[in-house]
Amino acid sequence: MSTPDLNSRPRLAVGCRLNEKGQQSRVLHMPEKALRLNGPSLEIIERCDGKRTVQEIISDLQNLYSKAEPQKVADDILGYLARLHDQRALDFISDQAERSTSAT
Amino acid sequence: MTPAAPTPLALIAELTHRCPLHCVYCSNPLELGHRADELSTEEWSRVFREAAEAGVLQVDFTGGEPLARPDIVDLVLAARATGLYVSLITSGLPLDEARLDELVQAGLDHIQLSFQGAAEESANEISGTKAHAHKLKVLDWLKRRRVALTLNFVIHRSNIDQLGEMLALGESSCAGRIEFANVQYYGWALANRENLLPTREQLDRSVEFLKRAQERLRGKIQVEYVVPDYYAKYPKACMGGWGQRLMLITPNGDALPCHAARIIPGLHFDNLKDRSLREIWEKSEAFEKFRGEAWMPEPCKSCDRRTRDFGGCRCQAFLLTGDAAATDPVCSLAPQRSMVDVILAAANGSAAESLVKPDWIYRPNPA
Repeated sequence: MSTPDLNSRPRLAVGCRLNEKGQQSRVLHMPEKALRLNGPSLEIIERCDGKRTVQEIISDLQNLYSKAEPQKVADDILGYLARLHDQRALDFISDQAERSTSAT
Repeated sequence: MTPAAPTPLALIAELTHRCPLHCVYCSNPLELGHRADELSTEEWSRVFREAAEAGVLQVDFTGGEPLARPDIVDLVLAARATGLYVSLITSGLPLDEARLDELVQAGLDHIQLSFQGAAEESANEISGTKAHAHKLKVLDWLKRRRVALTLNFVIHRSNIDQLGEMLALGESSCAGRIEFANVQYYGWALANRENLLPTREQLDRSVEFLKRAQERLRGKIQVEYVVPDYYAKYPKACMGGWGQRLMLITPNGDALPCHAARIIPGLHFDNLKDRSLREIWEKSEAFEKFRGEAWMPEPCKSCDRRTRDFGGCRCQAFLLTGDAAATDPVCSLAPQRSMVDVILAAANGSAAESLVKPDWIYRPNPA
Protein backbone atom coordinates (compact mmCIF):
# COMPACT_ATOMS: atom_id res chain seq x y z
CA MET A 1 0.00 0.00 0.00
CA SER A 2 1.59 3.29 -1.04
CA THR A 3 0.65 6.75 0.26
CA PRO A 4 -1.21 8.88 -2.28
CA ASP A 5 0.47 12.00 -3.66
CA LEU A 6 -1.07 15.07 -1.99
CA ASN A 7 -1.28 16.92 -5.31
CA SER A 8 -3.01 14.12 -7.23
CA ARG A 9 -6.75 14.20 -7.85
CA PRO A 10 -8.61 11.02 -6.86
CA ARG A 11 -11.46 9.92 -9.09
CA LEU A 12 -13.74 6.89 -8.89
CA ALA A 13 -12.42 4.17 -11.21
CA VAL A 14 -14.46 2.82 -14.09
CA GLY A 15 -17.19 0.52 -12.80
CA CYS A 16 -17.37 2.31 -9.43
CA ARG A 17 -20.14 4.73 -8.54
CA LEU A 18 -22.15 6.04 -5.63
CA ASN A 19 -25.74 4.90 -5.49
CA GLU A 20 -28.34 7.60 -5.88
CA LYS A 21 -29.27 9.93 -3.04
CA GLY A 22 -32.56 9.09 -1.40
CA GLN A 23 -31.82 5.35 -1.20
CA GLN A 24 -32.07 3.76 2.26
CA SER A 25 -28.32 3.93 2.70
CA ARG A 26 -25.45 5.25 0.63
CA VAL A 27 -23.08 2.72 -0.88
CA LEU A 28 -20.12 2.75 -3.20
CA HIS A 29 -20.77 0.19 -5.93
CA MET A 30 -17.74 -1.66 -7.19
CA PRO A 31 -17.47 -4.66 -9.51
CA GLU A 32 -18.52 -7.68 -7.42
CA LYS A 33 -19.03 -5.75 -4.19
CA ALA A 34 -20.44 -2.67 -2.51
CA LEU A 35 -19.15 -0.63 0.43
CA ARG A 36 -21.60 0.92 2.85
CA LEU A 37 -20.57 4.50 3.55
CA ASN A 38 -21.03 6.25 6.87
CA GLY A 39 -20.47 9.96 7.63
CA PRO A 40 -16.75 10.53 7.04
CA SER A 41 -16.32 7.88 4.32
CA LEU A 42 -19.23 9.37 2.36
CA GLU A 43 -17.75 12.86 2.77
CA ILE A 44 -14.46 11.60 1.33
CA ILE A 45 -15.96 9.64 -1.58
CA GLU A 46 -18.22 12.51 -2.61
CA ARG A 47 -15.09 14.62 -3.03
CA CYS A 48 -13.27 12.08 -5.21
CA ASP A 49 -14.40 13.83 -8.38
CA GLY A 50 -11.12 14.11 -10.28
CA LYS A 51 -11.06 17.86 -9.59
CA ARG A 52 -10.11 18.19 -5.93
CA THR A 53 -6.59 17.23 -4.84
CA VAL A 54 -5.90 14.89 -1.94
CA GLN A 55 -4.66 17.92 0.00
CA GLU A 56 -7.93 19.79 -0.64
CA ILE A 57 -9.99 16.82 0.52
CA ILE A 58 -7.92 16.63 3.71
CA SER A 59 -8.38 20.37 4.39
CA ASP A 60 -12.14 20.09 3.76
CA LEU A 61 -12.53 17.27 6.23
CA GLN A 62 -10.27 18.89 8.82
CA ASN A 63 -12.69 21.83 8.74
CA LEU A 64 -15.73 19.57 8.80
CA TYR A 65 -14.41 17.53 11.75
CA SER A 66 -12.69 20.42 13.53
CA LYS A 67 -12.88 18.72 16.92
CA ALA A 68 -10.71 15.85 15.73
CA GLU A 69 -6.93 15.95 15.77
CA PRO A 70 -5.97 17.33 12.27
CA GLN A 71 -3.04 14.94 11.81
CA LYS A 72 -5.27 11.99 12.67
CA VAL A 73 -7.85 13.14 10.09
CA ALA A 74 -5.12 13.41 7.45
CA ASP A 75 -3.68 9.97 8.26
CA ASP A 76 -7.11 8.34 8.23
CA ILE A 77 -7.93 9.85 4.84
CA LEU A 78 -4.60 8.85 3.32
CA GLY A 79 -5.04 5.29 4.60
CA TYR A 80 -8.60 5.11 3.32
CA LEU A 81 -7.71 6.43 -0.14
CA ALA A 82 -4.76 4.03 -0.40
CA ARG A 83 -6.98 1.06 0.51
CA LEU A 84 -9.58 2.05 -2.07
CA HIS A 85 -6.83 2.41 -4.66
CA ASP A 86 -5.59 -1.11 -3.88
CA GLN A 87 -9.14 -2.35 -4.39
CA ARG A 88 -9.20 -0.61 -7.79
CA ALA A 89 -11.97 1.75 -6.71
CA LEU A 90 -9.93 4.94 -7.23
CA ASP A 91 -7.56 6.37 -9.80
CA PHE A 92 -5.17 9.14 -8.79
CA ILE A 93 -4.80 11.67 -11.59
CA SER A 94 -1.56 13.59 -11.52
CA ASP A 95 -1.21 16.84 -13.46
CA GLN A 96 1.54 15.13 -15.43
CA ALA A 97 -0.82 12.39 -16.58
CA GLU A 98 -3.47 14.99 -17.35
CA ARG A 99 -1.17 16.77 -19.77
CA SER A 100 -0.10 13.59 -21.52
CA THR A 101 -3.76 12.48 -21.86
CA SER A 102 -4.83 15.76 -23.40
CA ALA A 103 -1.86 15.63 -25.78
CA THR A 104 -3.04 12.38 -27.39
CA MET B 1 -38.29 -20.91 15.03
CA THR B 2 -36.73 -19.38 11.93
CA PRO B 3 -34.95 -16.05 12.36
CA ALA B 4 -36.13 -12.95 10.50
CA ALA B 5 -34.84 -12.69 6.95
CA PRO B 6 -31.90 -10.32 6.41
CA THR B 7 -31.90 -7.84 3.52
CA PRO B 8 -31.08 -9.49 0.19
CA LEU B 9 -28.05 -7.86 -1.48
CA ALA B 10 -27.73 -9.32 -4.94
CA LEU B 11 -29.87 -10.87 -7.59
CA ILE B 12 -28.53 -13.46 -10.00
CA ALA B 13 -30.75 -13.27 -13.07
CA GLU B 14 -30.48 -16.30 -15.34
CA LEU B 15 -32.11 -14.56 -18.30
CA THR B 16 -32.03 -17.65 -20.50
CA HIS B 17 -30.45 -21.08 -20.62
CA ARG B 18 -29.72 -20.71 -24.34
CA CYS B 19 -25.98 -20.54 -25.01
CA PRO B 20 -23.69 -20.86 -28.02
CA LEU B 21 -21.12 -22.60 -25.79
CA HIS B 22 -21.33 -26.15 -24.43
CA CYS B 23 -18.82 -26.00 -21.57
CA VAL B 24 -18.17 -29.27 -19.81
CA TYR B 25 -18.39 -27.59 -16.38
CA CYS B 26 -21.48 -25.42 -16.97
CA SER B 27 -23.19 -24.43 -13.70
CA ASN B 28 -26.65 -24.68 -15.25
CA PRO B 29 -28.85 -27.57 -14.11
CA LEU B 30 -28.86 -30.81 -16.11
CA GLU B 31 -32.45 -30.04 -16.97
CA LEU B 32 -32.29 -26.74 -18.86
CA GLY B 33 -35.13 -24.20 -19.09
CA HIS B 34 -36.99 -23.81 -22.37
CA ARG B 35 -37.15 -20.61 -24.40
CA ALA B 36 -40.95 -20.59 -24.49
CA ASP B 37 -41.11 -20.38 -20.66
CA GLU B 38 -38.71 -17.43 -20.28
CA LEU B 39 -39.89 -14.29 -18.47
CA SER B 40 -40.77 -11.35 -20.73
CA THR B 41 -39.06 -7.94 -20.70
CA GLU B 42 -41.95 -6.53 -18.63
CA GLU B 43 -41.82 -9.37 -16.13
CA TRP B 44 -38.07 -8.97 -15.61
CA SER B 45 -38.50 -5.21 -15.26
CA ARG B 46 -41.02 -5.75 -12.48
CA VAL B 47 -38.62 -8.17 -10.77
CA PHE B 48 -35.86 -5.52 -10.84
CA ARG B 49 -38.18 -2.93 -9.28
CA GLU B 50 -39.24 -5.34 -6.55
CA ALA B 51 -35.62 -6.28 -5.91
CA ALA B 52 -34.46 -2.67 -5.55
CA GLU B 53 -37.38 -1.97 -3.20
CA ALA B 54 -36.40 -4.97 -1.07
CA GLY B 55 -32.88 -3.51 -0.68
CA VAL B 56 -31.00 -5.41 -3.40
CA LEU B 57 -27.95 -3.44 -4.63
CA GLN B 58 -26.74 -5.40 -7.62
CA VAL B 59 -28.02 -7.62 -10.40
CA ASP B 60 -25.86 -10.08 -12.32
CA PHE B 61 -27.20 -10.89 -15.77
CA THR B 62 -26.20 -14.43 -16.56
CA GLY B 63 -27.55 -17.51 -18.29
CA GLY B 64 -26.83 -19.46 -20.41
CA GLU B 65 -25.64 -16.58 -22.47
CA PRO B 66 -27.58 -13.43 -21.48
CA LEU B 67 -26.79 -11.82 -24.85
CA ALA B 68 -29.00 -14.48 -26.43
CA ARG B 69 -31.90 -12.32 -25.21
CA PRO B 70 -32.77 -9.88 -28.04
CA ASP B 71 -34.09 -7.44 -25.38
CA ILE B 72 -30.81 -7.35 -23.41
CA VAL B 73 -30.34 -3.57 -23.87
CA ASP B 74 -33.87 -2.90 -22.60
CA LEU B 75 -33.20 -5.13 -19.60
CA VAL B 76 -30.04 -3.15 -18.76
CA LEU B 77 -32.03 0.09 -19.04
CA ALA B 78 -34.82 -1.27 -16.84
CA ALA B 79 -32.43 -2.48 -14.14
CA ARG B 80 -30.40 0.75 -14.12
CA ALA B 81 -33.60 2.80 -13.86
CA THR B 82 -34.28 1.16 -10.49
CA GLY B 83 -30.79 2.11 -9.25
CA LEU B 84 -29.34 -1.41 -9.38
CA TYR B 85 -25.68 -1.94 -10.29
CA VAL B 86 -25.74 -4.00 -13.47
CA SER B 87 -23.19 -6.65 -14.27
CA LEU B 88 -23.17 -8.81 -17.41
CA ILE B 89 -21.63 -12.27 -17.20
CA THR B 90 -20.97 -13.33 -20.76
CA SER B 91 -18.99 -15.51 -23.13
CA GLY B 92 -18.76 -12.47 -25.42
CA LEU B 93 -19.64 -14.67 -28.36
CA PRO B 94 -22.83 -12.93 -29.60
CA LEU B 95 -21.24 -9.49 -29.14
CA ASP B 96 -20.39 -7.04 -31.92
CA GLU B 97 -19.18 -3.44 -31.57
CA ALA B 98 -22.60 -1.86 -32.14
CA ARG B 99 -24.27 -4.01 -29.49
CA LEU B 100 -21.43 -3.27 -27.06
CA ASP B 101 -21.93 0.48 -27.59
CA GLU B 102 -25.67 0.13 -26.94
CA LEU B 103 -25.02 -1.76 -23.71
CA VAL B 104 -22.50 0.80 -22.43
CA GLN B 105 -24.85 3.65 -23.33
CA ALA B 106 -27.71 1.91 -21.52
CA GLY B 107 -25.59 2.15 -18.35
CA LEU B 108 -24.05 -1.30 -18.06
CA ASP B 109 -21.63 -1.02 -15.12
CA HIS B 110 -19.47 -4.10 -15.45
CA ILE B 111 -18.74 -6.97 -17.81
CA GLN B 112 -17.40 -10.31 -16.70
CA LEU B 113 -15.96 -12.02 -19.76
CA SER B 114 -15.37 -15.75 -19.43
CA PHE B 115 -12.37 -17.53 -20.89
CA GLN B 116 -11.84 -21.26 -21.14
CA GLY B 117 -8.05 -20.84 -21.25
CA ALA B 118 -5.36 -18.84 -23.04
CA ALA B 119 -4.66 -21.31 -25.85
CA GLU B 120 -7.17 -21.45 -28.66
CA GLU B 121 -7.32 -25.18 -29.27
CA SER B 122 -7.75 -26.33 -25.66
CA ALA B 123 -10.17 -23.49 -24.87
CA ASN B 124 -12.35 -24.48 -27.80
CA GLU B 125 -12.25 -28.11 -26.71
CA ILE B 126 -13.69 -27.18 -23.30
CA SER B 127 -16.44 -24.94 -24.70
CA GLY B 128 -17.29 -27.31 -27.57
CA THR B 129 -17.36 -24.19 -29.79
CA LYS B 130 -14.88 -22.10 -31.77
CA ALA B 131 -15.19 -19.18 -29.35
CA HIS B 132 -11.69 -18.16 -28.32
CA ALA B 133 -10.71 -15.98 -31.29
CA HIS B 134 -13.88 -13.91 -30.99
CA LYS B 135 -13.26 -13.34 -27.26
CA LEU B 136 -9.88 -11.82 -28.13
CA LYS B 137 -11.63 -9.40 -30.48
CA VAL B 138 -14.06 -8.44 -27.72
CA LEU B 139 -11.09 -7.69 -25.43
CA ASP B 140 -9.78 -5.32 -28.06
CA TRP B 141 -13.11 -3.50 -28.43
CA LEU B 142 -13.39 -3.11 -24.66
CA LYS B 143 -10.11 -1.14 -24.54
CA ARG B 144 -11.85 1.73 -26.31
CA ARG B 145 -14.95 1.80 -24.11
CA ARG B 146 -15.66 2.98 -20.59
CA VAL B 147 -17.00 -0.07 -18.80
CA ALA B 148 -15.39 -2.09 -16.01
CA LEU B 149 -14.04 -5.49 -16.99
CA THR B 150 -13.34 -8.70 -15.11
CA LEU B 151 -11.76 -11.64 -16.90
CA ASN B 152 -12.90 -14.97 -15.55
CA PHE B 153 -10.80 -18.05 -16.22
CA VAL B 154 -12.37 -21.32 -15.19
CA ILE B 155 -9.57 -23.54 -13.92
CA HIS B 156 -9.32 -27.32 -13.98
CA ARG B 157 -6.90 -30.18 -14.40
CA SER B 158 -6.05 -29.61 -18.06
CA ASN B 159 -5.46 -25.84 -17.93
CA ILE B 160 -4.21 -25.24 -14.38
CA ASP B 161 -0.59 -25.48 -15.57
CA GLN B 162 -1.14 -22.58 -18.03
CA LEU B 163 -1.88 -19.81 -15.54
CA GLY B 164 1.13 -17.80 -16.78
CA GLU B 165 -0.35 -17.48 -20.28
CA MET B 166 -3.77 -16.60 -18.85
CA LEU B 167 -2.33 -13.94 -16.58
CA ALA B 168 -0.39 -12.45 -19.52
CA LEU B 169 -3.60 -12.29 -21.54
CA GLY B 170 -5.29 -10.55 -18.62
CA GLU B 171 -2.46 -8.07 -18.18
CA SER B 172 -2.55 -7.16 -21.87
CA SER B 173 -6.27 -6.36 -21.58
CA CYS B 174 -7.98 -3.46 -19.78
CA ALA B 175 -9.33 -5.70 -17.01
CA GLY B 176 -9.35 -4.29 -13.49
CA ARG B 177 -9.96 -7.76 -12.06
CA ILE B 178 -8.94 -11.25 -13.07
CA GLU B 179 -10.60 -14.26 -11.48
CA PHE B 180 -9.10 -17.72 -11.54
CA ALA B 181 -12.00 -19.85 -10.44
CA ASN B 182 -11.54 -23.56 -10.04
CA VAL B 183 -14.50 -25.58 -11.19
CA GLN B 184 -17.03 -26.37 -8.47
CA TYR B 185 -18.57 -29.81 -8.75
CA TYR B 186 -22.27 -29.58 -9.51
CA GLY B 187 -24.33 -30.37 -12.59
CA TRP B 188 -22.21 -30.75 -15.72
CA ALA B 189 -18.96 -30.35 -13.80
CA LEU B 190 -19.87 -33.22 -11.49
CA ALA B 191 -20.56 -35.41 -14.52
CA ASN B 192 -17.05 -34.57 -15.79
CA ARG B 193 -15.32 -34.46 -12.40
CA GLU B 194 -12.65 -37.09 -12.94
CA ASN B 195 -11.35 -35.16 -15.94
CA LEU B 196 -11.51 -31.77 -14.22
CA LEU B 197 -10.25 -32.18 -10.65
CA PRO B 198 -6.59 -31.09 -10.44
CA THR B 199 -3.96 -32.95 -8.43
CA ARG B 200 -2.78 -31.55 -5.10
CA GLU B 201 0.60 -30.80 -6.60
CA GLN B 202 -1.00 -28.81 -9.43
CA LEU B 203 -3.14 -26.93 -6.96
CA ASP B 204 -0.25 -26.03 -4.63
CA ARG B 205 1.81 -24.75 -7.55
CA SER B 206 -1.09 -22.64 -8.81
CA VAL B 207 -1.78 -21.05 -5.42
CA GLU B 208 1.89 -20.17 -5.05
CA PHE B 209 1.90 -18.59 -8.52
CA LEU B 210 -1.29 -16.60 -7.95
CA LYS B 211 -0.15 -15.27 -4.57
CA ARG B 212 2.94 -13.83 -6.25
CA ALA B 213 0.79 -12.35 -9.04
CA GLN B 214 -1.52 -10.74 -6.47
CA GLU B 215 1.44 -9.11 -4.79
CA ARG B 216 3.02 -7.88 -8.02
CA LEU B 217 -0.20 -6.42 -9.46
CA ARG B 218 -1.53 -4.78 -6.29
CA GLY B 219 -3.15 -1.44 -7.10
CA LYS B 220 -3.18 -2.26 -10.84
CA ILE B 221 -5.23 -5.42 -11.28
CA GLN B 222 -7.08 -7.36 -8.60
CA VAL B 223 -6.22 -11.02 -8.89
CA GLU B 224 -8.64 -13.39 -7.19
CA TYR B 225 -8.74 -17.14 -7.04
CA VAL B 226 -11.09 -19.82 -5.87
CA VAL B 227 -9.64 -23.24 -4.98
CA PRO B 228 -11.62 -26.45 -5.41
CA ASP B 229 -13.27 -26.92 -2.04
CA TYR B 230 -12.57 -30.67 -2.10
CA TYR B 231 -9.00 -29.69 -1.13
CA ALA B 232 -10.00 -27.18 1.54
CA LYS B 233 -9.91 -27.77 5.28
CA TYR B 234 -13.23 -26.02 5.82
CA PRO B 235 -16.18 -25.60 3.47
CA LYS B 236 -16.95 -22.48 1.49
CA ALA B 237 -19.53 -20.03 2.84
CA CYS B 238 -21.83 -21.03 0.00
CA MET B 239 -23.83 -18.02 -1.29
CA GLY B 240 -22.84 -16.17 1.91
CA GLY B 241 -25.31 -18.41 3.72
CA TRP B 242 -28.60 -19.88 2.51
CA GLY B 243 -31.17 -17.09 2.12
CA GLN B 244 -28.79 -14.53 3.63
CA ARG B 245 -27.63 -12.39 0.69
CA LEU B 246 -28.52 -13.76 -2.71
CA MET B 247 -31.50 -14.77 -4.77
CA LEU B 248 -31.16 -16.60 -8.07
CA ILE B 249 -33.95 -16.37 -10.60
CA THR B 250 -34.23 -19.00 -13.30
CA PRO B 251 -35.27 -18.10 -16.86
CA ASN B 252 -38.92 -18.96 -16.11
CA GLY B 253 -39.04 -16.89 -12.90
CA ASP B 254 -38.51 -19.50 -10.19
CA ALA B 255 -36.69 -18.01 -7.18
CA LEU B 256 -33.88 -20.21 -5.84
CA PRO B 257 -31.45 -19.75 -2.93
CA CYS B 258 -28.57 -20.89 -5.21
CA HIS B 259 -27.73 -22.22 -8.69
CA ALA B 260 -28.10 -25.87 -7.85
CA ALA B 261 -30.92 -25.86 -5.26
CA ARG B 262 -33.31 -27.60 -7.63
CA ILE B 263 -31.49 -30.89 -7.11
CA ILE B 264 -32.56 -31.03 -3.45
CA PRO B 265 -35.59 -33.32 -3.29
CA GLY B 266 -38.80 -32.08 -1.72
CA LEU B 267 -38.04 -28.35 -1.99
CA HIS B 268 -40.77 -26.26 -3.59
CA PHE B 269 -39.71 -23.07 -5.40
CA ASP B 270 -42.08 -20.14 -5.74
CA ASN B 271 -42.34 -18.26 -9.01
CA LEU B 272 -42.09 -14.47 -9.32
CA LYS B 273 -45.14 -14.50 -11.58
CA ASP B 274 -47.21 -15.66 -8.58
CA ARG B 275 -45.69 -13.96 -5.52
CA SER B 276 -43.70 -10.80 -4.85
CA LEU B 277 -39.94 -10.99 -4.48
CA ARG B 278 -40.05 -9.77 -0.89
CA GLU B 279 -42.68 -12.32 0.07
CA ILE B 280 -40.69 -15.15 -1.49
CA TRP B 281 -37.45 -13.99 0.15
CA GLU B 282 -38.99 -13.64 3.60
CA LYS B 283 -41.53 -16.42 3.74
CA SER B 284 -41.12 -19.07 1.07
CA GLU B 285 -40.43 -22.62 2.16
CA ALA B 286 -37.30 -22.91 -0.01
CA PHE B 287 -35.61 -19.83 1.47
CA GLU B 288 -36.59 -20.69 5.04
CA LYS B 289 -35.47 -24.30 4.82
CA PHE B 290 -31.77 -23.81 5.62
CA ARG B 291 -31.76 -20.18 6.73
CA GLY B 292 -30.05 -19.65 10.08
CA GLU B 293 -28.87 -22.48 12.32
CA ALA B 294 -31.96 -24.44 13.37
CA TRP B 295 -31.42 -27.13 10.69
CA MET B 296 -27.78 -27.77 11.61
CA PRO B 297 -26.55 -31.18 12.75
CA GLU B 298 -23.45 -31.74 14.85
CA PRO B 299 -20.58 -30.94 14.47
CA CYS B 300 -21.90 -27.69 12.85
CA LYS B 301 -24.40 -26.84 15.59
CA SER B 302 -21.71 -26.33 18.24
CA CYS B 303 -18.90 -25.28 15.88
CA ASP B 304 -17.27 -21.84 16.21
CA ARG B 305 -17.12 -21.55 12.43
CA ARG B 306 -20.87 -21.93 11.89
CA THR B 307 -21.38 -18.16 11.55
CA ARG B 308 -18.59 -17.99 8.96
CA ASP B 309 -19.24 -20.93 6.66
CA PHE B 310 -22.85 -21.77 7.59
CA GLY B 311 -22.10 -25.49 7.47
CA GLY B 312 -20.98 -25.23 3.85
CA CYS B 313 -23.02 -26.06 0.78
CA ARG B 314 -26.39 -27.82 1.05
CA CYS B 315 -26.33 -28.99 -2.56
CA GLN B 316 -22.87 -30.50 -2.20
CA ALA B 317 -23.97 -32.23 1.00
CA PHE B 318 -26.88 -33.76 -0.90
CA LEU B 319 -24.85 -34.70 -3.98
CA LEU B 320 -22.16 -36.50 -1.99
CA THR B 321 -24.07 -37.92 1.01
CA GLY B 322 -27.69 -38.02 -0.13
CA ASP B 323 -28.68 -35.77 2.80
CA ALA B 324 -29.01 -32.01 2.15
CA ALA B 325 -28.94 -31.32 5.92
CA ALA B 326 -25.60 -33.06 6.48
CA THR B 327 -22.40 -31.17 7.24
CA ASP B 328 -20.74 -30.35 3.91
CA PRO B 329 -18.47 -33.42 3.51
CA VAL B 330 -15.53 -31.31 2.29
CA CYS B 331 -15.20 -30.06 5.91
CA SER B 332 -12.35 -31.78 7.73
CA LEU B 333 -14.67 -32.08 10.76
CA ALA B 334 -17.51 -33.70 8.79
CA PRO B 335 -18.36 -37.31 9.69
CA GLN B 336 -18.43 -38.12 5.96
CA ARG B 337 -15.16 -36.42 4.97
CA SER B 338 -13.72 -39.80 3.95
CA MET B 339 -15.98 -39.73 0.85
CA VAL B 340 -14.10 -36.69 -0.40
CA ASP B 341 -10.74 -38.22 0.50
CA VAL B 342 -11.55 -41.25 -1.66
CA ILE B 343 -12.28 -38.93 -4.62
CA LEU B 344 -9.03 -37.03 -4.03
CA ALA B 345 -7.04 -40.26 -3.75
CA ALA B 346 -8.33 -41.30 -7.17
CA ALA B 347 -7.50 -37.90 -8.66
CA ASN B 348 -3.97 -38.09 -7.22
CA GLY B 349 -3.38 -41.78 -8.01
CA SER B 350 -1.01 -43.12 -10.63
CA ALA B 351 -3.79 -43.37 -13.24
CA ALA B 352 -4.20 -39.62 -12.98
CA GLU B 353 -0.76 -39.13 -14.51
CA SER B 354 -1.49 -40.90 -17.76
CA LEU B 355 -2.36 -38.62 -20.63
CA VAL B 356 -5.66 -39.78 -21.97
CA LYS B 357 -7.90 -37.60 -24.07
CA PRO B 358 -10.92 -37.00 -21.86
CA ASP B 359 -14.31 -38.23 -22.93
CA TRP B 360 -16.22 -35.02 -22.22
CA ILE B 361 -19.94 -34.84 -21.57
CA TYR B 362 -20.94 -31.56 -23.25
CA ARG B 363 -23.81 -29.36 -22.12
CA PRO B 364 -26.41 -29.24 -24.94
CA ASN B 365 -28.66 -26.31 -25.90
CA PRO B 366 -32.23 -26.26 -24.57
CA ALA B 367 -35.24 -26.42 -26.89
